[in-house]
Amino acid sequence: MKKKILSLTLILAMAASVLAGCGGASASGSDTFKIGGIGPTTGGAAVYGIAVRNAAELAIKEVNAAGGINGYQVEYKFEDDELDNEKSLNAYNTLKDWGMNLMIGCVTSGCCTAVAAESSKDNMFQLTPSGSSTDCTAGNDNVFQVCFSDPNQGIGAADYIGQNGLATKVAIIYDSSDVYSSGIYEKFVAEAASQPFEIVSAEAFTADSKTDFSVQLQKASDAGADLVFLPIYYTEASLILTQANTMGYAPKFFGCDGLDGILGVENFDPSLAEGVMLLTPFAADAEDAATQKFVSDYKAAYGEIPNQFAADAYDAIYIIKAAAEKANATPADSVADLGTKMENAMREITVDGLTGAAMSWDAEGAVNKAPKAMQIVNGNYSLIQ
Amino acid sequence: MSLLSYLINGISLGSVYAIIALGYTMVYGIAKMLNFAHGDVIMVGGYLIFTFVSTLQLPVGLGIVLAVVLCTMLGITIEAIAYRPLRNAASSLAVLITAIGVSYFLQNVALIIFGANTKAFTSVVNAEPIKLFGDQITISGETIVTIISCIIIMTVLTLFVNRTKAGQAMLAVSEDKGAAQLMGINVNGTISLTFAIGSGLAAIAGLLLCSAYPSLTPYTGSMPGIKAFVAAVFGGIGSIPGAFIGGIILGIIEILGKAYISSQLADAIVFLVLILVLLIKPTGILGKKVQEKV
Amino acid sequence: MKEKKISKNLQDNLITIGIVVVGYVIVTILSASGVLSNLLQGLLVPLCAYIILAVSLNLTVGILGELSLGHAGFMCVGAFTSAFFSKCTEGVITVAPLRFILALLIGSLTAALIGFLIGMPVLRLKGDYLAIVTLAFGEIIKNIMNVLFIGKDSAGFHFSMKDSLSLNMEPDGMVIINGAQGITGTPKDSNFTIGVILIVLTLLIVLNLINSRDGRAIMSIRDNLIAAESVGIHITKYKLMAFTISAALAGVAGVLYSHNLNSLMATPKNFGYNMSIMILVFVVLGGIGNIRGSVIAAVILTLLPELLRGLNDYRMLIYSIVLIVMMLYNWAPNMIAFRKRMANRFSKKKEVA
Repeated sequence: MKKKILSLTLILAMAASVLAGCGGASASGSDTFKIGGIGPTTGGAAVYGIAVRNAAELAIKEVNAAGGINGYQVEYKFEDDELDNEKSLNAYNTLKDWGMNLMIGCVTSGCCTAVAAESSKDNMFQLTPSGSSTDCTAGNDNVFQVCFSDPNQGIGAADYIGQNGLATKVAIIYDSSDVYSSGIYEKFVAEAASQPFEIVSAEAFTADSKTDFSVQLQKASDAGADLVFLPIYYTEASLILTQANTMGYAPKFFGCDGLDGILGVENFDPSLAEGVMLLTPFAADAEDAATQKFVSDYKAAYGEIPNQFAADAYDAIYIIKAAAEKANATPADSVADLGTKMENAMREITVDGLTGAAMSWDAEGAVNKAPKAMQIVNGNYSLIQ
Repeated sequence: MSLLSYLINGISLGSVYAIIALGYTMVYGIAKMLNFAHGDVIMVGGYLIFTFVSTLQLPVGLGIVLAVVLCTMLGITIEAIAYRPLRNAASSLAVLITAIGVSYFLQNVALIIFGANTKAFTSVVNAEPIKLFGDQITISGETIVTIISCIIIMTVLTLFVNRTKAGQAMLAVSEDKGAAQLMGINVNGTISLTFAIGSGLAAIAGLLLCSAYPSLTPYTGSMPGIKAFVAAVFGGIGSIPGAFIGGIILGIIEILGKAYISSQLADAIVFLVLILVLLIKPTGILGKKVQEKV
Repeated sequence: MKEKKISKNLQDNLITIGIVVVGYVIVTILSASGVLSNLLQGLLVPLCAYIILAVSLNLTVGILGELSLGHAGFMCVGAFTSAFFSKCTEGVITVAPLRFILALLIGSLTAALIGFLIGMPVLRLKGDYLAIVTLAFGEIIKNIMNVLFIGKDSAGFHFSMKDSLSLNMEPDGMVIINGAQGITGTPKDSNFTIGVILIVLTLLIVLNLINSRDGRAIMSIRDNLIAAESVGIHITKYKLMAFTISAALAGVAGVLYSHNLNSLMATPKNFGYNMSIMILVFVVLGGIGNIRGSVIAAVILTLLPELLRGLNDYRMLIYSIVLIVMMLYNWAPNMIAFRKRMANRFSKKKEVA
């Protein structure tokens, strides 16, 4: 009888593998570039992975409609990593089986670091839209970032607050179970030592207790902080803003690029975010034509306002295009040769994108671009000059 | 002063755990199963109310009634499809695993229908906050309503279980299914009723959870669900007043732990206290001591 | 009669180990001939780790008869201690297999120690209460790993529970465990062959235990605690023995897991209660107490979500449905009776024909 149980489950698994086979069967010869993407599309971080998946798809459609890269069409496939380092390797290997020769991803730092260890062995060209940890690029020649690195953001935020005299007493609320958040937090604290403000409270929360922030806010308030630094994602930040409002605590709030998207939360009362400042390279209601076109196209296709993850991913595709054109790359190159060509080209090109003008890349793979400080005024992002 | 305000914050958080724990303990007490999908039914309740009130602009009262009715039906359906066939399975673990399956299922259905992006829930509670000591301490309207709801639900449930025929049938089923059947009690019907009540309560819990912490994602229910489960065990699982007390105490411990020990270790502190309580009193604070049969 | 029974046991065990060995040979041949997809090649070591986890949890759940929901915690301990060791000694011990064996010893022994320390107080509890306490310990371990910072510099080791700045290290220092960012750059010392050797070792340990005097004592506790106690079986000793061995083996799986990943972190996904429950699913689906079933269920359920990748957004939805259906098919009494009837009908028809 047990054998029958097994046989049934095996049949199920086989049936599934056939299905999976169909999905991957579209692999064809070497007349197209195959760009693979990796990020979480299920689980708690799905919102970021889905934003990247959609925006990259949008950009690739545009590229294909305009004649492709170096005359070759681009195929695209995105795999789920469930925000798990181990699953991200499965996603990477699945994409390799599919025939990926260029990669964007991973969306999150931890997965990106895990995949980079494998992709560097293959010399697969890897451009991460949002994996901001320095571990993603360190020692891996093939990995480049579109977003600012964590140290860059932490130091940038501390400098900005100090130089503009925004506050004398600063409190921090960060996610100690998250790589991005704790990475920025540490660099911010280190840099703050040489800045004319004092850190009066630094409180953490974790992935398992991120509904109630009353203690963290109370401590900031008791310590007399006039600015609260939030190096976190907007999902939690929206709760913090609501709870601070209920408490009647109204300091300045200052965040990094993870905070972008807060106005896109459906049904969110924008007056709660009034005056929030953030250092981010992208704002969905910027005036320039490129951003406006991107936002309206994205909204038409996916029914949501794109966040900064989406903008990074959109840029990533055009950066790949620029590098491939510079390198005269063709899909006929082997993965490793293509990788070498692309890597050399990346260090030479400058690209204007939604998330920055004249972006260029250093030897480590980190991006050079100017950060922008935004403030939410009257329910809209506006650039602080 | 700050201690007092931490205590009040703890009670606010605890009242939310308590209202979820009431549903948990109800189902566990009667059906003797850990329904891991309970937290996800709460999430469904949250989305239903969000859809009715914020998207379709129905009156709040109607929206709540519809959500409660739909969640009740969902609970009955889940029980009939995924749990009932396994009631007499060789191991009680089998139904635990299908509950996990149901939990994944609900999360992924919500992900496909509503998307991954956070939705800000507009609080449906209209009560004014109470301010004490010249505005230094605020008790939010949500907290007051949640605690009052907990007390009402607790009283009604206790009366229902002890004073009505259906309630007595539930007690009988929880004591001994076989004997209850022999006494002419419809065991399947009674357990269905339990799930119906538990899921209806989940809709209300979803409403209050999302009103107090207005952020709704497909995974909103899972962690509060686990915490509420801990609260129910804390108070003595199966005990209705125990769930309330357990929830409040858990909330207070979590907040005080964050405030005075370490905000990074808040989860560890909560779980450590749970372990200590169970080691000293293995059936929870108000749990009944079950005599071992020889 | 007695001899016959023992030999049947032996035969059964040999089949289980034989399945693993045959699987190994087939996969190695396929891999050498280049037929195996990258996905499957990448999955081989995690598969080994999950098989070991399932078998070790079956020792607690199936043989000892106690429900544990904190198994991922022991895996976490094994993974972190061994990865810590390997990262520290990467420059000192350059022979990878030697380093791995030492790491394996350290990982499994620490996990065993933690299992022993946790088991001592909590094994008095029963049923769902034990389940919730083990879940709590698993969560505590994960939480502590997330705030643990250990660095090494010329002055020795530095330790903090706050952040890496509080380590106060010399400039030449290296942060080894960096809180939520975990351990990055563990040498990739594990491979499929090592994984299979560890599976076989695990199976030998567990199957030997089951068929030994100690094993029978453990099972008698499961079947009737009071009767076992009355014939003089030392309950605490045997419960602790099974629980500690189970924890040690979970530690082994953790070592295998961490030495296959460049970036090891303690997230809710990999070391939280979700993972513990996932391992429990392997055990229950494979058959409680059925070691061979655990091996097969671990393989199927690890492969299933990967094979469903073609379904894109519906992948995890279909996975959850398949999970529910498989459980109903395997466990529902009505379903079992129905399957028996069908089986009888078919076998009768065969006889007639």
